[in-house]
Amino acid sequence: MKDSLVLRSRIQAHPDSRCWFLAWNPTGTLLASCGGDRKIRIWGTEGDSWVCKSVLSEGHQRTVRKVAWSPCGNYLASASFDAVTCIWKKNQDDFECVTTLEGHENEVKSVAWAPSGNLLATCSRDKSVWVWEVDEEDEYECVSVLSSHTQDVKHVVWHPSQELLASASYDDTVKLYREEGDDWVCCATLEGHESTVWSLAFDPSGQRLASCSDDRTVRIWRQYLPGNEQGVACSGSDPSWKCICTLSGFHTRTIYDIAWCQLTGALATACGDDAIRVFEEDPGSDPQQPTFSLTAHMRQAHSQDVNCVAWNPKEPGLLASCSDDGEVAFWEYHQPAGL
Amino acid sequence: MVGGGGGSGGSGRGGLLENANPLIYERSGERPVTAGEEDEQVPDSIDAREIFDLIRSINDPEHPLTLEELNVVEQVRIQVSDPESTVAVAFTPTIPHCSMATLIGLSIKVKLLRSLPQRFKMDVHITPGTHASEHAVNKQLADKERVAAALENTHLLEVVNQCLSARS
Repeated sequence: MKDSLVLRSRIQAHPDSRCWFLAWNPTGTLLASCGGDRKIRIWGTEGDSWVCKSVLSEGHQRTVRKVAWSPCGNYLASASFDAVTCIWKKNQDDFECVTTLEGHENEVKSVAWAPSGNLLATCSRDKSVWVWEVDEEDEYECVSVLSSHTQDVKHVVWHPSQELLASASYDDTVKLYREEGDDWVCCATLEGHESTVWSLAFDPSGQRLASCSDDRTVRIWRQYLPGNEQGVACSGSDPSWKCICTLSGFHTRTIYDIAWCQLTGALATACGDDAIRVFEEDPGSDPQQPTFSLTAHMRQAHSQDVNCVAWNPKEPGLLASCSDDGEVAFWEYHQPAGL
Repeated sequence: MVGGGGGSGGSGRGGLLENANPLIYERSGERPVTAGEEDEQVPDSIDAREIFDLIRSINDPEHPLTLEELNVVEQVRIQVSDPESTVAVAFTPTIPHCSMATLIGLSIKVKLLRSLPQRFKMDVHITPGTHASEHAVNKQLADKERVAAALENTHLLEVVNQCLSARS
């Protein structure tokens, strides 16, 4: 496990405040960061160093909690505690706020674009998940308000290939939603975590979902379609989701984020104990009861809580992380020999 | 220890106080300075007494009294490990249905966040068995995103700052 995760560089991205979240653009050439200073910064490489290409500072009145790039890479969405989601259009190094999505009653905690690029989801402390449709004229319309959770919703993420939405909540559950007719419905509730679920990540195939929680565990859930070979019961035509693996005993504090590399399948976690960990599925493990091993453990990855980890979508092994100390770090991950 | 019949007076809110006759406790004296503390060469490690000194004078939101005087905070309910950079403070609301419990917990948390080195992990929770909604209050206090958002609310921040201000 030694040297499987190596630091490449560190930048002070949000001075005197915390950096909450990071997002790589689809080509992996730019990294957007956002934080408690109400700003969004866009980082790119110049030679060997990371430099700030743009600062988006007039968009929000409060903390910017998350940012997300559209699949085409031309738009950036930002979710803020000011209850608004901004949509920024990229024009070379300039970003212009073209729309603000309003409606949530209080802090927006997350925003995510569907792979098709036509749908956007947001979620909030107001306990709801909103689905927005965007048309060819860049007009956004809310098409559904989903109030299934009973508490603050922390994160939303779309399935990599299906129009399936997942949400994580302070109510300790994960919920899944799909379109039915011209509305959206909650089609599954995943119970098992014993405290707030902070983040979610689908595996590259979309068959499995990883969740991380304040209960210091990671859970892996698998989708079972009706009529599946394993005999997992389904209700009607909706798939069932079952928890097939729990990673416990590795994290000593709340796990704030989890990222599943779409290139290599490695799973990275961001933890309140200042560490970054990487897990890989053991070769030959049973798909219905997989086992994962810890392949990297970077203690003191940052001087305070790690809030986010993000795998570069094009460069295998390149991982970015950010922290309450305002720093962003870049790491190189190499799968240890013998795995 | 002085008991019973203490201040029922002016928190300025008008109307009924939740706990009109709180028990009032005597303040412990100033801490005597030891030779080790005078010595510049010996690094000061943070201990329970130091944490207690930080939070003892926080004002209760309702009464003109400190958390120490109301026995809401006690040194014995503070656990510190300087090498591990952890602090745990258990606070005891004066009555089991105290609606100020979250605000009191938040004030303690803010005081520690502003005073301690950033390496510290702080856990502020209700003394087990002393409040009807202790799980709900503890969960909110432990959620740093909720705390951060709450402190961006100017009105709430003002109320917290009032609890933290020194009484003249």
